[in-house]
Amino acid sequence: MKAFLIVLALCAAFLAQAKVAPNTSADPALEARMMVIAEELRCLVCQNETIAASHADLAVDLKNQIRLKLKEGQSQKQILDFMVERYGDFVLYRPPLKTTTVLLWLGPFTLLAVAVLMLVVNVRRRRRSAQPAALSDEDIAKARALLVTPTQN
Amino acid sequence: MNSSTVKRFLPLGIFLVLIAFLGIGLTLNPREVPSPLINKPLPQFKLAVLSEPEKTIAAIDLRGQVWLLNVWASWCVACRVEHPVLVELAKTKQVPIYGLNYKDKSPAAIAWLGNFGNPYVQSLIDADGLVGIDLGVYGVPETFVVDKQGLIRYKQIGPVTPEALRDTILPLVKKLSAS
Repeated sequence: MKAFLIVLALCAAFLAQAKVAPNTSADPALEARMMVIAEELRCLVCQNETIAASHADLAVDLKNQIRLKLKEGQSQKQILDFMVERYGDFVLYRPPLKTTTVLLWLGPFTLLAVAVLMLVVNVRRRRRSAQPAALSDEDIAKARALLVTPTQN
Repeated sequence: MNSSTVKRFLPLGIFLVLIAFLGIGLTLNPREVPSPLINKPLPQFKLAVLSEPEKTIAAIDLRGQVWLLNVWASWCVACRVEHPVLVELAKTKQVPIYGLNYKDKSPAAIAWLGNFGNPYVQSLIDADGLVGIDLGVYGVPETFVVDKQGLIRYKQIGPVTPEALRDTILPLVKKLSAS
């Protein structure tokens, strides 16, 4: 509960700082390149938004950083590396495939494979048990007798 | 245990495992993103001092001691929560605390310290938040433990609580000071 209140307070602090519009630069080409990079980055203040979508103070600052670095002639990779050095892999919207993220990347496919395997095994087993059991001649005779002769009661 | 009992309890088992994972998930704080800066050198900076803006302090000036870097701002609500803890800590003189006054206005910051007390040896002015970006700051307050070699050894995201101080920060400071 305490942790939750602290998180709320943090959110409030950043909401209070949120600005209405980011200062866009005059150069639309630069702006477009900046937005491409900003789409790849997570806003750590509002974790389910990209920096491109967020109006949080930090996101605005980071967008300015990206503009600055693009003007300096840095590549997209250099800029993303700059962000990861400071904020960690979490800042990337598409986490890289690493030993620590193997489960994240392969887990769903493993689960899917297990589910398909179980389905195949189950369907096969059911098909086998659904086959009619072979009747002996004696059984057939008995059945016929039961069907033909009306019961006493 | 025959196969029909297994079959009957399998969904329940899967459900319980799911509940266990979700339960663990609830206890984690998604805002605490592990910092890649742990055990890395403190980023270089040279910043003006809040109380004497004509004076500057660089990261390298603070080498040779274990110290805390507390990122704060007068607009930050959660900073008020932790502030009494820092004021108390400063009184004990166990570890010097330096402030990074993050994206703040100096008159407001000085007034804030006047109101709530000043636990900092010095506060450094990071008005545009660039040093904050170098430090990977995203949720003020944040507190870094820096060792004698100038390496970041721990990062507290959010307010320093008395528990965090007692259980994590002070034992670490003691250990680093001894080495």
